[in-house]
Amino acid sequence: MNPFENFRIALRAISANKLRSGLTILGIVIGVAAVVALMAVGQGATSGITASVEGMGTNLITVSSGGRSFQRMAGGSATSLLYSDYEAILATVGNEAAVTPYYAGMASVKNGDRTASATLTGVLPNYTRVNAYSLASGRLITDQDNLQKSRVVVLGATSAEDLFAGLNPLGREIQINGKNFSVVGVLEAKGSSGLTYQDDMVLIPLQTAYEVVFGAQAKSRGKNTVSGIALSAADADQVDLIMANVEFTLRREHSLTLTEDLPFSVSSQSQMLASLTNISGTLTTLLGAIAGISLLVGGIGIMNITLVSVRERTREIGLRKAVGAPKGVILFQFLTETLTLSILGGILGVLIGWGIAWGVSSAGLITTSVSSEVVILSLGMATVVGLIFGIYPAYQAASLRPIEALKYE
Amino acid sequence: MIETENISKTYRLGDTKVRALRKVNLRVEDGEMLAIVGPSGSGKSTLLAILGCLDVPTKGVYRIDGQEVMRMNERQLAAIRRKKIGFVFQQFNLLPRTSALENVMLPLYYSGVSHRARQAKAMEALERVGLAERAKSHPNQLSGGEQQRVAIARALVNEPAILLADEPTGNLDTHKGAEIVAIFQKLNREEGQTVIYVTHDPFIARHTRRIVSIQDGRIVRDEPVEHPLAAGTPRSDDILGESLSTTVEEDEEAGS
Repeated sequence: MNPFENFRIALRAISANKLRSGLTILGIVIGVAAVVALMAVGQGATSGITASVEGMGTNLITVSSGGRSFQRMAGGSATSLLYSDYEAILATVGNEAAVTPYYAGMASVKNGDRTASATLTGVLPNYTRVNAYSLASGRLITDQDNLQKSRVVVLGATSAEDLFAGLNPLGREIQINGKNFSVVGVLEAKGSSGLTYQDDMVLIPLQTAYEVVFGAQAKSRGKNTVSGIALSAADADQVDLIMANVEFTLRREHSLTLTEDLPFSVSSQSQMLASLTNISGTLTTLLGAIAGISLLVGGIGIMNITLVSVRERTREIGLRKAVGAPKGVILFQFLTETLTLSILGGILGVLIGWGIAWGVSSAGLITTSVSSEVVILSLGMATVVGLIFGIYPAYQAASLRPIEALKYE
Repeated sequence: MIETENISKTYRLGDTKVRALRKVNLRVEDGEMLAIVGPSGSGKSTLLAILGCLDVPTKGVYRIDGQEVMRMNERQLAAIRRKKIGFVFQQFNLLPRTSALENVMLPLYYSGVSHRARQAKAMEALERVGLAERAKSHPNQLSGGEQQRVAIARALVNEPAILLADEPTGNLDTHKGAEIVAIFQKLNREEGQTVIYVTHDPFIARHTRRIVSIQDGRIVRDEPVEHPLAAGTPRSDDILGESLSTTVEEDEEAGS
């Protein structure tokens, strides 16, 4: 028997029974489309979160005021992170990591009647490097700016767009709390991340923030405070050691014993990444489980159609045997039929799932990503399900003697 | 030529053993036309299924052209069904949603015949049963008689040594039944085709040249027909011989 001939018999049987073939395909299409679409959403969410955390800078450690969240919510007694803490940390781990403090606060940032929605951040020159920003045009904040408390500002890509709507902002003036500042630089866009608005940035010299903009608001018992301290470890293996040193320094500065709760949080980017990846991984697993159930339901659909048509098909198999078809040829025909239907259904399902994922992306909900593994996995499962439910009844029928198969009720 | 030696067939029906055939000996030469008659449950259809290699006997020897069927494997059996045997069923057993021509082509798919040759042979077979003009029709567009003629064309398309038919007129009215019998007679007379059919109707049986009667799984009579009826002869009690009228009574008993 030539395989091409067998293929032809199978195709003829498929096209002669369009309703049955269509219903069989439908089950697979729904199952595969559900798997592809749901997994695309799950994986898209995961990679979005991962990318945004990674975009914060490599080997990043952040120190921020307020340790345990309930303490912060209780308010009042929270200990402030001081500029002197930064100096102590710099003295301790300055050789292993770049250290930069910042003070962020609410301020009105305007260019005429255009407003930027960013928070105002007072920074030292190395802030941009530690947080993995790069300059698009102009210059960064310098030590000179800090010493002279210059009224200069560096804008993030989105903030520049908000304030100047495409005009070149360099050399122009903006108003911060009513005071004129001169724009000296614009940062390169980091791209959207879904987690934070990394390009909404208005940076001024830290000393200018203390003296010119925030004043007493930035002081605690007469000392300058900082919102946070960012550290970038020179070596990823050193991150844990540096974190331990930072905590030790903070306890010493604030006269805390080892058993007392640290009123600051010291966290690394990798910790954050791990916990976020963990959450979204759970989400993906959940979506995958739902998708798997859809595929199973699709499989049961195939099984139902096969079982419903098994009576007619058993007699058909009996007839084919009676006119001289060898068992192997009949099984090959059913194998070809089932494979054609499952693969056709699988491909349709992938296309529809892809379409749904694309729709979700272009609706701006979540940036989905269809991975080849999921496509291969769902196609494979659809084929296996189709094969089991399609071939097994055929195998049983083909094993009967022709007269039994013909009398099958 | 086909030949059975002490063929027996036993199968289980729930807890009871049914002995459908008991030591049947039958020999049919090439070019014969014969009818196997008997009441319902006598084993005549079982015998025909065994002759057509659709079923296998429990005991005994069955030879087709000298080859022992019982010793064959699955693949060889399929080849015998393909090359030596054409089988016509009472229920027609045509593939639904498939044209008459393609139904007739079906056995050729398994014979390694090219597509063009398949179509030509199937058309020729349809012409032999007078249905060439209905080649494109699907079974549900054909009358019962036409469906049975398509089934006969399918049985003929591989040019089998033996044409077997199980109650070929059982689902048809008298007129259509006569048409089918006429086709069998023509094939036998003009082409020397060996024809064996099973019927419970003595009138239909009288159209052959030999009648084998079966009762309770045994051949009880095997005699030639002196003057076979011509197809289209009106049915009347006069032409049924004494010996056959007893069969009719038994049949009625079995049916009641």
